[in-house]
Amino acid sequence: MSYPPNLKYTKDHEWIQMDDAQSLIGITQYAQEALGDVVFVDLPEVGSTFKSGGVFGTVESVKTVSDLFSPIDLEVTEVNAELKDHPEWVNEDPYGKAWMIKVKPLSSGTDLMSAAEYEKLIASESH
Amino acid sequence: MNELKRTPLYEIHRSLNAKLVDFGGWEMPIQYPSGIIAEHLAVRTGVGLFDVSHMGEFNVKGKGAYEFIDGIVPSNLAKIANNQAMYSALLNEKGTFIDDLLIYRYSQDHFLLVVNASNIEKDFLWLTSQLKSNDVELTNISSETGLLAIQGPKTVEILSPVIKHDLKQIPYYHFLSTQLAGVDILLSRTGYTGEDGFEIYCPSSSCEDLWTYLSNLSPIVKPAGLGARNTLRLEARMSLYGHEIDDSTNPFEAGLKWIVDMDKPQFMGKQALVEIASKPLSSKLVGFKTLEKRDIPRDGMIIYSSEGPVGRVTSAGPSPTTKENIGLAYVPLPLSSIGSRLEIDIRGRRAPIELVKVPFYQRKRS
Repeated sequence: MSYPPNLKYTKDHEWIQMDDAQSLIGITQYAQEALGDVVFVDLPEVGSTFKSGGVFGTVESVKTVSDLFSPIDLEVTEVNAELKDHPEWVNEDPYGKAWMIKVKPLSSGTDLMSAAEYEKLIASESH
Repeated sequence: MNELKRTPLYEIHRSLNAKLVDFGGWEMPIQYPSGIIAEHLAVRTGVGLFDVSHMGEFNVKGKGAYEFIDGIVPSNLAKIANNQAMYSALLNEKGTFIDDLLIYRYSQDHFLLVVNASNIEKDFLWLTSQLKSNDVELTNISSETGLLAIQGPKTVEILSPVIKHDLKQIPYYHFLSTQLAGVDILLSRTGYTGEDGFEIYCPSSSCEDLWTYLSNLSPIVKPAGLGARNTLRLEARMSLYGHEIDDSTNPFEAGLKWIVDMDKPQFMGKQALVEIASKPLSSKLVGFKTLEKRDIPRDGMIIYSSEGPVGRVTSAGPSPTTKENIGLAYVPLPLSSIGSRLEIDIRGRRAPIELVKVPFYQRKRS
């Protein structure tokens, strides 16, 4: 299953596991495939806040670099420090070991996509 | 938009689940599912197989073939014998690059020129315009010519049992007309990876068969895409047209003085190069690395000294072999010494770089 149904998705190819207390954020299977081999993930400081659509970090692959966009308004409560030594986890396990930030949601995220909606978007983007 | 061109191996790339991208008008595999790093390391440690059939090939035949080519390129064509190849360039009157190319000499009156895919039409028109006599026959054979590159330290071991010639008899930059799996090929000990290996020119119609044949020789033969080809050539500090060299750069600043023979009475761009050589160079292509893992340089980024912007990155990225972040850049000559510290602008953030010796990677030669 490339797009787990328990997650919500953005058009910028982030996923979020919504929970009122603490949500997890990462990038999707589609995003990691488009990037290719990931070599570095630049993540924010714990305690920093971002508006929905704000850039909270970058992910660098051999070929390219991509910004990471906040799916909702949020405050960062934890970052996945292990990605520093294991950026390849983003390719290997984008919904698991390669979660990027844990956040306190500051908005509801009503505009986020379901897995089915996101899969439709992907299908339209990849001709 | 024009329809993308495809090589004879397009269907094979699809069947291997390659990621196909627009590469200078060609739909080419940038990588296979194994990924650029694995493909890169396969070439450094084993064998990688590349489809580079998009490259252009021109046949130059006739009594005037030698004089025609020698009158154009800055290199001394007398330096190569039959069955030998050389790296050279097409320069314009300004002494800057129209393209870089390989010249294969079959004989005094038969040569093969190999040019970059994105420059095929430009080069062919320009070369045609330079034809002055009718004892030279220039033919664009790009569409009927396929090209596979088989590269890596184990290439000789893999290829030896299936080539009837002794591969030791083909030194670096030499070639043979021979057969592979019953197909007539030009087997050339050249490459664009910094590794030992061969390039195999074949009829387009046999490309699929040869790819399959070579892939099946051993499980260590891995398909490798243009992404790995780029990281490999960057580590080996080989120039890429449109990046290190173009119609605004000359061979001296590009570190390609060795392809220019200023003692030749005449070649295209010589007058301009005489002028350029009479003055100190304004800039020079240098290698650099960043000092922090997070500082990943990319093509086109700007280099700064304490005075302000001083240079431009031509090619850069993470090096799979050295695990450092490396790049090539043009900087002013006074700032170009190894060990110099400068800065690079990474999306609005300044990061330190250090100029280092190139190539970034050099294979151990036996």
